[in-house]
Amino acid sequence: MSMMLMIHPDKCTGCRNCELACSMEHEGDFRPKASRIHVYTWEREGFSVPMMCQQCKDAACTTVCMPKAMHRNPANGQVELDQSKCIGCKMCVQACPFGCASWDFLGSQILKCDTCGGDPACATICPTHALEWVEDTVSAQARKRSFATKLKNAFAEV
Amino acid sequence: MHGWTGKILRIDLSTGKIGTEALKTDLARDYIGARGLGTKYMYDEVDPAVDPLSPANKLIFASGPMTGTFAPSAGRYDVVTKGPLTGTIAASNSGGAWGPELKYAGYDMLILEGRSPKPVYLWIQDDKVEIRDAAHLWGKDVPETTEALNAETATDAKIACIGPAGENLSFIASIMNDMQRAAGRTGVGAVMGSKNLKAVVVRGTGAVTVADKAAFLAAVSKASTMIKEHPVGGTGLRLYGTNVLVNILNSVGGLPTGNFQDGHFETADKVGGETLAANQLQRPKGCFSCIISCGRATKVSHPKYKGEGEGPEYETAWGFGPDCRIDNLDAVIKANYYCNEYGLDTISMGGTVACAMELFDRGIITLEDTEGLELTFGNADAMVEAVRLAGIGQGFGKKLALGSYRLASLYGHPELSMTVKKQEMPAYDPRAVQGIGLNYATNNRGGCHVRGYTISPEVLGVPVKVDKDSIDGKAELVALFQNLTAALDSSGSCLFATFGIGAPEFAELMTALTGFAYTGDSFIEAGERIWNLERLWNLKAGLTAADDTLPPRLLSEPIVTGPSKGAVSRLPEMLPLYYGVRGWDANGVPTPEKLSALALA
Repeated sequence: MSMMLMIHPDKCTGCRNCELACSMEHEGDFRPKASRIHVYTWEREGFSVPMMCQQCKDAACTTVCMPKAMHRNPANGQVELDQSKCIGCKMCVQACPFGCASWDFLGSQILKCDTCGGDPACATICPTHALEWVEDTVSAQARKRSFATKLKNAFAEV
Repeated sequence: MHGWTGKILRIDLSTGKIGTEALKTDLARDYIGARGLGTKYMYDEVDPAVDPLSPANKLIFASGPMTGTFAPSAGRYDVVTKGPLTGTIAASNSGGAWGPELKYAGYDMLILEGRSPKPVYLWIQDDKVEIRDAAHLWGKDVPETTEALNAETATDAKIACIGPAGENLSFIASIMNDMQRAAGRTGVGAVMGSKNLKAVVVRGTGAVTVADKAAFLAAVSKASTMIKEHPVGGTGLRLYGTNVLVNILNSVGGLPTGNFQDGHFETADKVGGETLAANQLQRPKGCFSCIISCGRATKVSHPKYKGEGEGPEYETAWGFGPDCRIDNLDAVIKANYYCNEYGLDTISMGGTVACAMELFDRGIITLEDTEGLELTFGNADAMVEAVRLAGIGQGFGKKLALGSYRLASLYGHPELSMTVKKQEMPAYDPRAVQGIGLNYATNNRGGCHVRGYTISPEVLGVPVKVDKDSIDGKAELVALFQNLTAALDSSGSCLFATFGIGAPEFAELMTALTGFAYTGDSFIEAGERIWNLERLWNLKAGLTAADDTLPPRLLSEPIVTGPSKGAVSRLPEMLPLYYGVRGWDANGVPTPEKLSALALA
């Protein structure tokens, strides 16, 4: 069992406190462009989606990383980046199917969620619990149940 | 500097000259930012007698020191200029993410001067600033403009723009940012239109820094907890939005109805926040760094009023609803969408339609004047069409776009315009709630609730309950709320943070963030300084104590029905007391002693 960051876009208000908390935690100032998480908002529909590293089991970023700076930690199930080994080739940026590894041109570094070492600041600050740090087994069940509830409500109306 | 970026971007649109300059540190400390600092720069650089729509007027976009940080619900900016609607100093405040983006690009303020010879927009990417042609955007509405600019600049750029109403120099035009957020009041959109400036597009990659990180995190944590635990800031506003107030104000008989002819509307609940939450609400939305989420992402499926967008706020629902004796929420929301799309202030638009309806009702204007619009009270279709026409500046809409004071004056009845200093009053009846009437009358930008929101104590009981019908202590209460609000507006905070925190917490946040020592008292004193500076500007612009009044109706015609039946505003009794509390003379002029005490002499 591992922990995971669960995203609930339906609860996201687009406030971007997660970006600010991430930037403060890692960079010590407020610079959303250096955040490891980003929120995308569709203003016409008023809908927002937070995006961050999914900690893939078979992670493309680890496969393409020549110096093995990006690697999977079997102990906690997270994909971790060893900055001391990183050569800045940006292959992980190109390989990630979610676009969740990025290059910070100001800091000359790869930006990737490290779950703040197991206590993600983004989930802590999120005012609506659109981001939750949960056990992966339990989270999957909770998500399933919440969609089941929606389906029940929809069918109940028919 | 910490909190502030320490840099100002100044652009002369007449010549195309672009320059930057250092922010004056002592001014930043004393006038904080946003509304206060913008006003100080206006006061030092522009003659208050200036024609608001002339190139000599300046247009300042100003963020606050807290803007761009995660201080709770503090991501706002102000548009500061001379307002064409009121002739007063104007600072119109907006949320969304535009203000923070300006900070990340490296600027506390953007000062715009002159007038571009042709339609242009600004594209600001950190140090790279371009003035670009906007011919292809002129005439486009706000969502179209926003999407077109995101496509031709960057998808993550933030955009503040005007719609057709601003281009047509409507006196009630807003500046919209992030498509749905409005710097709505006092006609700031017309100033932008007068400068041939369609939009300001910003993308920043920089940082806002903090003086004392540990202290700031502690202050934010404390303030956030206080807001989250507050019944209004933590729960009420997210569930029902500001529109929860329809039923509350109606229940005390303070819901202005039919252009303020009455203070109670029988079917008000049909346009209230609870009804909205049960029907058109999609989900709550939050501005940048907000933990309150009062924004309403809504959708209307009724074929006649179909659309999606943001709103309505309480004052919008009231303006297009009870003030026009309309209880069709779908129609009210459609009118709100039109305002957002064409760039109109919803409060002034609602008040203007209500005024037109009374003119029509009394036979002062006819179908001939309205070009066929049946503007009877309660006619939802006519209301929606009136807003559309005002937005695009066609037909009778051209006259509506002037605002109610100029509209009613055209037909010889300015007394039927429910305005203070020519700006439409919002959704709280001064006859039913005495303090708010004193605030309207003395407000530095005319009929406005948010700069002295005594509704909190007088109706909601926050932080303590005060008798709304009494005039005792109201002069002190109004002055205190006006001062605190001037300071917190200037910090970049949202007014709604006060549903949880007060001056001591703002001072803690400001001190940790900036490194300058603020106390609760010195924070409020900065607000008092800003208020007095705004007053000085207005006096120099030609306003006098005679302008510190309410429409005659509110002083002499009692509320007809409901819980506040029989009430009138007791403004004449309160006003001299207020001048006294302010340290102003009998003519409402700040005394030399007061100015000296505030370092304004």
